[in-house]
Amino acid sequence: MAVLLPDGAPAQVETVTITVDGMSIEARKGEMVIAAAERGGVYIPRFCWHPRLRPVGMCRMCLVEIKGPRGFALSPACYVPVADGQEVVTDSPKVKKAQDGVLEFLLINHPLDCPVCDRGGECPLQDQTFAFGPGESRMIEEKRHWEKPIPINPLVALDRERCIQCARCTRFADEVAGDAGIDFVGRADGTEVNTFLTEPFRSNFAGNIVQICPVGALTAAPYRFKARPWDIEVVESTCTFCSVGCRIAVQSSQNVLTRHLGIDSDPVNHGWLCDKGRFGYEGIESDARLTTPLVRGADGSLTEASWTLALQAAADGLRKIIDTSGPGAVAVLGGARLANEDAYAWCKLAKAVLGTDNVDCQLGDGLPAEVVLGLPQATIDETCAAPAILLVGPDLKEELPVLYLRLREAVVDKGVPLVELVPAGSGLTRHATVSLKHRPGEAATVARALAGVMAGARISSDGAGGVPGADIVRAADVLNQEGVVVVLGRPSLAEPASSTVDAAGVLAQALPGVRFLPVLRRANVRGALDMGLAPGVLPGRVALDDGRSWFADGSAWGSVPGARGLDATAILQAAVDHNIHALVLLGADPLSDFPDRGLARRALDAVAFTVAVDTFVNPSVRGADVVLPAAAFAERPGTTTNIEGRVTRLGQKVTAPGTSRADWMVAVELAQRLGSDLGFDSIDSIAAEVERLAPSHAGLTPAVLAAAANRDGLVVPLSRPQAPVEADRPVEEIEVAAAEAQGETLLPEPEPDADAPLEPIAGIRYPKATSADGRPPLLRFVPVAATSPSPPVDAYSLRLVSGRSLYDAGVLVQQSPALAALVPGPCLRAHPHDLGHLGVTTGDQVRVTSSRGSLTLGAIADSSVLRGSAVLAFNQPGPGAADLIDVRQPVTDVRVETVAPGSGHVA
Amino acid sequence: MPRLTPDNVRRCKDLIGLYPQSRSALIPMLHVAQEQDGWLTPEAMEHVGEMLGITPAEVYGTASFYDMLFTTPVGRHLVSVCTNLACLLNGGVELLEHAEASLGIAAGATTDDGEFTLEEVECIAFCGAAPCLAVNWRFFGSVTADAFDNLVDDLRTGRLADEVPPHGTLCRVRRNVGLTAGGPPPATTTTPAPAPATGSAEKRDGA
Amino acid sequence: MITDAAPIVTARLGVPNSWTLKAYLETGGYEGLRKALTMGPEAVSAEVMTANLLGRGGAGFEVGRKWSMLAKPRPAYLVINGDESEPCTYKDHMLLEADPHQIIEGTLICAFATGAAQAFIFVRGEFALGIERMTAALNEAYAYGAVGHDIFGSGFSVDVVIHPGAGAYICGEETALLESLEGKRGFPRDKPPYFPAVMGLYKKPTIVNNVESVSNLPWIVLNSGEAFKGLGQGRSTGTRIFSLSGHVRQPANFEIEMSKTTFRDLIYDPKLGGGIRNDNQLKAFIPGGASAPWFGPDQLDMGLDQEAVGKAGSMLGSGSVIVMDHTTCMVRAAWRITRFFHRESCGQCTPCREGGGWLDKILHRIETGAGREADLDLLLDICDNIAPGLSWPPQKTTICVLGPSIPSSITSAIRMFRDEFLVHIKEGGCPFA
Ligand SMILES: Cc1cc2nc3c(=O)[nH]c(=O)nc-3n(C[C@H](O)[C@H](O)[C@H](O)COP(=O)(O)O)c2cc1C
Ligand code: SF4
Ligand code: FES
Repeated sequence: MAVLLPDGAPAQVETVTITVDGMSIEARKGEMVIAAAERGGVYIPRFCWHPRLRPVGMCRMCLVEIKGPRGFALSPACYVPVADGQEVVTDSPKVKKAQDGVLEFLLINHPLDCPVCDRGGECPLQDQTFAFGPGESRMIEEKRHWEKPIPINPLVALDRERCIQCARCTRFADEVAGDAGIDFVGRADGTEVNTFLTEPFRSNFAGNIVQICPVGALTAAPYRFKARPWDIEVVESTCTFCSVGCRIAVQSSQNVLTRHLGIDSDPVNHGWLCDKGRFGYEGIESDARLTTPLVRGADGSLTEASWTLALQAAADGLRKIIDTSGPGAVAVLGGARLANEDAYAWCKLAKAVLGTDNVDCQLGDGLPAEVVLGLPQATIDETCAAPAILLVGPDLKEELPVLYLRLREAVVDKGVPLVELVPAGSGLTRHATVSLKHRPGEAATVARALAGVMAGARISSDGAGGVPGADIVRAADVLNQEGVVVVLGRPSLAEPASSTVDAAGVLAQALPGVRFLPVLRRANVRGALDMGLAPGVLPGRVALDDGRSWFADGSAWGSVPGARGLDATAILQAAVDHNIHALVLLGADPLSDFPDRGLARRALDAVAFTVAVDTFVNPSVRGADVVLPAAAFAERPGTTTNIEGRVTRLGQKVTAPGTSRADWMVAVELAQRLGSDLGFDSIDSIAAEVERLAPSHAGLTPAVLAAAANRDGLVVPLSRPQAPVEADRPVEEIEVAAAEAQGETLLPEPEPDADAPLEPIAGIRYPKATSADGRPPLLRFVPVAATSPSPPVDAYSLRLVSGRSLYDAGVLVQQSPALAALVPGPCLRAHPHDLGHLGVTTGDQVRVTSSRGSLTLGAIADSSVLRGSAVLAFNQPGPGAADLIDVRQPVTDVRVETVAPGSGHVA
Repeated sequence: MPRLTPDNVRRCKDLIGLYPQSRSALIPMLHVAQEQDGWLTPEAMEHVGEMLGITPAEVYGTASFYDMLFTTPVGRHLVSVCTNLACLLNGGVELLEHAEASLGIAAGATTDDGEFTLEEVECIAFCGAAPCLAVNWRFFGSVTADAFDNLVDDLRTGRLADEVPPHGTLCRVRRNVGLTAGGPPPATTTTPAPAPATGSAEKRDGA
Repeated sequence: MITDAAPIVTARLGVPNSWTLKAYLETGGYEGLRKALTMGPEAVSAEVMTANLLGRGGAGFEVGRKWSMLAKPRPAYLVINGDESEPCTYKDHMLLEADPHQIIEGTLICAFATGAAQAFIFVRGEFALGIERMTAALNEAYAYGAVGHDIFGSGFSVDVVIHPGAGAYICGEETALLESLEGKRGFPRDKPPYFPAVMGLYKKPTIVNNVESVSNLPWIVLNSGEAFKGLGQGRSTGTRIFSLSGHVRQPANFEIEMSKTTFRDLIYDPKLGGGIRNDNQLKAFIPGGASAPWFGPDQLDMGLDQEAVGKAGSMLGSGSVIVMDHTTCMVRAAWRITRFFHRESCGQCTPCREGGGWLDKILHRIETGAGREADLDLLLDICDNIAPGLSWPPQKTTICVLGPSIPSSITSAIRMFRDEFLVHIKEGGCPFA
C-alpha cells in the first residue's frame, strides 16, 4: 500500500493480513481490528471507539471473536491491534448474543425519549436499536434517574439519563483539547460525566463533545430543539471564521442555518471545530444584517436605496476623486472576508480599473504580503511532522484554535519539540520544550542571539531581549537541525509588524532548511493576499514589478498601477494628511480592527468619500457614503484559501438576506459603471482567469477542485508536494451526506506536477520558480539586515502586549447570542510583582495611560506574564488597547495607576 | 473555606517527592486534605490540583471514585457498619438497624450535632469478629447492641479519643525519610511515547 | 487431615509486639534478605521458581513464573497488593498489622530478585492500623539499613513507599490498582498488553504480588524452594492462610498445609473451624471468596488444592471460606453478594455496570416478594450476557473479571437451591424472614 508522504516520497505502510469472517483483509500495522474490518467492508458496531481518540474498549459493543493462543475469545475489536494471520469472526451467534446483550444493557436505563431528543434520527444508539435490538424492555424496574439537562457551560447541556459512559467527551476534553474540565464522577452505575462542582466546562472547543457524543446526552444550547435531523439539508464547506480552513458540514432547515459540524479532513481539522466556527452561524442569521443598499442623503443620514442608485453613487464618487486627484487618492481596505473569486475581481477592479495600488486586505494587524507569500512554506501536516517547531506568533488557542489542537497533538502525542518565542504566555506554553518569553518588541533581538548561539557564539547569562541566556542556549539546541518549521504570526498588535519581520528574516537565514507556516488570523486573508489585495503584489503571488508585463498585456488586464502603493497604516496616515480622499471598505472595520483607533478615526473623518461593502453596519461603515450589502459565508459559492495556501471549495446553503449579493458581482457592476468590463459572469469564469493568469494557481481548475479525492483542497502552487490523499480515511456519516447533497461527481484525481527542485537564495531554499510559459516568478522574501532597535525600557512603565481572544467585539461574535455571552471583557494582566508595587491585587480597577490615551479597567495578577509587561486583549467591547496604541511607536508603554473604586472610564 | 495549611503543603510536597510521577501522590494528598478538614473542601481539591498540575475536575472525578473520600461534610465520627456476607450471617443487618435507631439517623446521614455519620459498608476484612464496624477506620468486632451503645457513649464523651482520632486522620505515624536509594529517573510528563496514527494500544495517557 | 507443618507466614503471630523491629529481629527477621543479597538475583528467583509458590491474591499464578516474564525495558517497578477487599477475606489485614516487617522483607527480596527500581506497597485505605504499623516498620527498616541506599552494605539500593488506598474493591485488581497508584480512577486496563510484567506502572514493566505471597519469600530463601515444595502436594505447594467465616464456631485465619487439608478439616476440626454453630447443618460454602462459585456438603472432602477446586468448577481464589448453615436464605445471600459487585463495579463496561444493577434489582424483588418465575431464566440470561457460557473460569464480555464474577453466586444459588427461589416467588416473600 503506497501512501504519498508530505515530503513527496511515496512511503510503504507496513501491512499485515487478517481474516474477517473468512475474508482476507490487508490491514495497517498498528491499527485496530475495528478500523481494518471497516475498510474491508465489515462494519462492527461501536459507541466508545472514535478514530481520533485513543481507544478505551469500554462500551463493549464491538465484541467479536478473535482467535488467540487459547482459541476464539470475545474481544473488543476497537482495542485489539491487528496481527498477521489474525482470525476474526464478527457474525457468529456468540458475537450476536454478546452485542445484543450490550445493547440491551445500554437501553435498560436509557430514557428512550427519542421523540424529544435533538439526536433523534441521527443517533447511533437509536440506529443500533433498530438494526439489532430487542423490541421490548425486559427490565420492569424503575430506571435510573438524574436531574434532566444541566448546563455544563453556556453552550452545552448534559442529560445524564441519556449518557452511555463512552468517555468520548472526557477523552476529547483531556486528550485533544487539553481542557480536562469534565471527568467521570462517581462509580458503578452511579457514574456520571460532570464538571468540578459548579464550575463550567471552560474550553474553546466544547461543541466538539456534542458532535462526537454517540447519543443525545450532550446537546448544544444554540441548536436545542431548533431542527429535527430529517428536515435538515447539508452542504460541505470550509469554515471562514478564521483562516485554519476547517472543513465543515453546513446545515440548514427552511433556508435558515441551523448547525455546523466538523468534517474529518485529514490534513486540516481532523473533524474538530472551535466553538466560534461551530456556533458563529448565528451571527450570519442575525436580524441586524444589511439587506439593502444605503446612500447618504441630503440630510446627512444613511437611507435605503436601490442597487442602481447606490452603485451609481459609488461610481460617481470614486470617479470624481480619481478625476480630480488621480487614482492614488483612492484606497481599498479589507477583503479577507471575501472568497478568492471575490478578492480577485476586486483586485482587478482596484488595480486595473481604478488604477490604485493602495490596496490592503490587512488592517495593520498582519504581516507584509512579501513575508507571508515569499517565505518557503510548510503545511500543517509538515509542521506537525517537523523535527522541531518554533512559534513566533500569537496565542493560537485564541486566534487559530484548531491549529492549536493540531500543534498540541504533535507536541504532546508525537513528541515534536516546540520552542516558543513570544511576548506572553500562550495555550502551548505548558507543552513547550523551551518557552522564550521576550520583552515586547524584542523578538528580533532574541532571534539574533539565538542565531548567534547556533553559529557558535557565546551568550551571557543575561541573555537578550529579556530572555535568560541559558534558555536561549537550550532553544538553540532544540532548533539546531535541518528542516525546522517556524509558525509565524503577529504576537502583539502593540508593536509594529517590523519586529516580527526582522525576527523572521534572522530565522530564515539562521535555521538550515527552515520553512514557515504563516499564521494570519482573519478568514480568507491568505486567499486575498494570493489574489493580490495588498500593495506591491499582483494575483498569484507575484511582485508588482515582476508581473507588470504579464498582467498589463492586452489579453490580461490591460493595465496595472505604475508604482507600489501604500499599506493600511500608510493609507490611513495619507488620509489624515489629505493625500487620500476616497476609501473603499471591503468588509473592513478599521475603527475596531486597526491597532491605532485614534489614527483610524481621524482618517475616516478626513476622507471625502467612503464606499463600504459589508454584511453589517459596523462602526466604520456607519460613516460611509454608500453602503452595499454583501452576501456572507454559506450564502455564496466559491473557494477559500487557508493559512497553508490550501484552496478548498465553499458551499452555498442559504440565500443572502434581502438584496445582498456576492462581492464579485458588486465589483463587476461597479466596474461597468466606471466604464470597464471585468469580463466575469460567474464564479467559474473568475476561477478560469485566476488559473490562467495567477502563477501560483496554475492548474487549479474548478474541475480539479471538484474531484472527490481533492475535497480536502489542494495546496497551491500545485507543483509543491501535496499531502497524502487518504482515499480510505474513515468517513463520518455526515460527510457522505454532505457530498451527496452537493451532487458531487467523482472526478479522476489530477496528476501532480513533478516535484519542483529547490533553489537556494540567501541561505533559504525556495521551490524553483516556474517561468517556462512566460508567467512571472513567484514572490520571494529576501531578508534585509534587520535593524529594529531595542528600545530602552522605562522603569516606571509597563510595556503592552495585545493579542486577540477568541471571543471579542467583532460583529459576528456580537451578533451570535451564544458567543457574545462568552466575551471575557477587557482586563489588564500583569505580573503580581509589578501590580504589587502599585498596591494592586486581582479585581482592582486600574487606570492605564499611554501617549495616546487612557482607560480604566480591572486588573488580574498573573505570574505567567513577563515582569515589566502588561497584557490586554485586543478588541474587547468598549475602550481598549486600540485607544492606547500609537502605530508609529516601536512599542507601547503604559503607566498603570490604581483608581478609587467607583470611578468610571476615562477614555 | 480552607486551602491546605503551610504544614500540609509541606507534607504534600514530601509525598510528591516519593513518586516518579507527581499525580501518584494525589490520593495520599487527598488523605492529608481530609485529615485537615474532615472532608474534601472545594478549596482543598483546587489546591491539590494546583500542586499537581491537574484540573479540579480531575481531582474531583478521581476522588469521587473512592468511598473513603468525602466531597461533602461528614461527622467527626464516621461509623461504618458492615453488612456483607460474613456479617449478614452473624447479625450485621440487625446491628445496622440498631445503629440507625440508636443514633436516630438512617444510614448515609449525619447526626444534627455533627458527631456521627452512619454508613453501611462492604466487607471491612474483620470477618473473624462479625458483626463488626469501624469508627474512623478503627475496628470493633463482635458488636452487640449494648456494645454499640457503649461505644457511642465513649466516643461522645471522648473516652476513646486516643484510640479513635477525628474523621480524616488515617495514619498518625509519619514517614520520616525521603527516598534514599537514588531511584529511577523521574518519568517525563510532557512527551509520552509516540502513538500510532490509529491510536495506541495503550489505554490512558500515562503522563 | 491437618498436618503439623509449622506455620510460615503466621509464625510470629503470638509474639508480643510482633510488629516492631526488635521483635522481628529476635525472631530471625531480615535474615532472609541478608542471605538473598549474598545469593544474587538469579539464585533467588530460581529458589522461588522451585518452590512453585502460587500467588495468594486470587489468581493463583506462579510467582516465579511471573517474575520471569518481566519485560526488559527499565526501570521496572514492584507493587505489592495489600488492598484486600474480597468479601470475607481478612488474612492480609492481619499480616499488615501483625507482621509488617515480614512484608517489607519479602518486598525487598522480590525487588532484589526482579531488579525493581522502586517498590510500592499498596495498602487498603480502610486499614488504618495496618498503614500505621507498616509506616512505622518502614521507618525502622530504613534506620536499620534494610531499605533505601546500599542495603546492608550490599550495594543494592531500593526505596519502598507505603501507598494508602481510598476505598474501592476494584483496586485490588492489579491493573486498576496501578491506575489508582498513578492517581487516577481505579479503572482496570483493557488487554492487550496482557500483563503488567510487560507494561504496568507508568507504562513500565511491573511485578504485582500479593502481601501474603511475598511474606513467604524470607522463609523460602532461608529454607530453600525444595523445602517449600515439600509442603502441600502437586502444584499446590507450601502452606496458605485460609480466612474462615460465616456460621462456624471459630471463625479465624488458619495457616495450613495446602492440598492435604480438606474443607471438612477446615470447617469441622476442633483446632480449626470447630464445626457449625449450634451444631446446625451445613447448607453450602464458598471456597474462595465472594467471586467463587459455591460448593455443597458433597464437596467437603476435597482438599484445599488449587487444581482440585478448579476442576470442580470453582476456585480457592483469595483463600476465604464462607460457611452457610441451613438457616441461611440463599436468595438473600446471593442478593447480598450481587449488591456488593453492583456497588463495586468500576462502571467502565456496560455489561458489568448495567447488568450488576439490574441483577441486584431482580434479586431484591424476589427476596421481597415480587418475584416471577420467569425471573430465574432472566437472571441466568443476564448472567450469560456478562459471562457467556456461565463457566468457571468465566468467559467475559467485560474488561476484568469483576463483572463475570457476579454470576457466580446467582447461578450457584439457582442451580443448588432453585426450589428456595420458587418458594420466595410463590409465597410472595422470604420464608426465612
Ligand atoms: C476484582 C478483583 C479483585 C482483586 N482483589 C485483590 C486483592 O484485594 N488483593 C490481591 O492481592 N489480589 C487481588 N486480585 C488479584 C490481583 O489482580 C492480582 O492477581 C494479584 O494481586 C497478584 O498477586 P499474586 O500473584 O501474588 O497473587 C483481584 C483481582 C480481581 C479481578
Ligand atoms: S468488569 Fe466491571 S469492574 Fe471490571 S472493568 Fe468492567 S466495569 Fe469495571
Ligand atoms: S467500541 Fe469497542 S468497546 Fe466501545
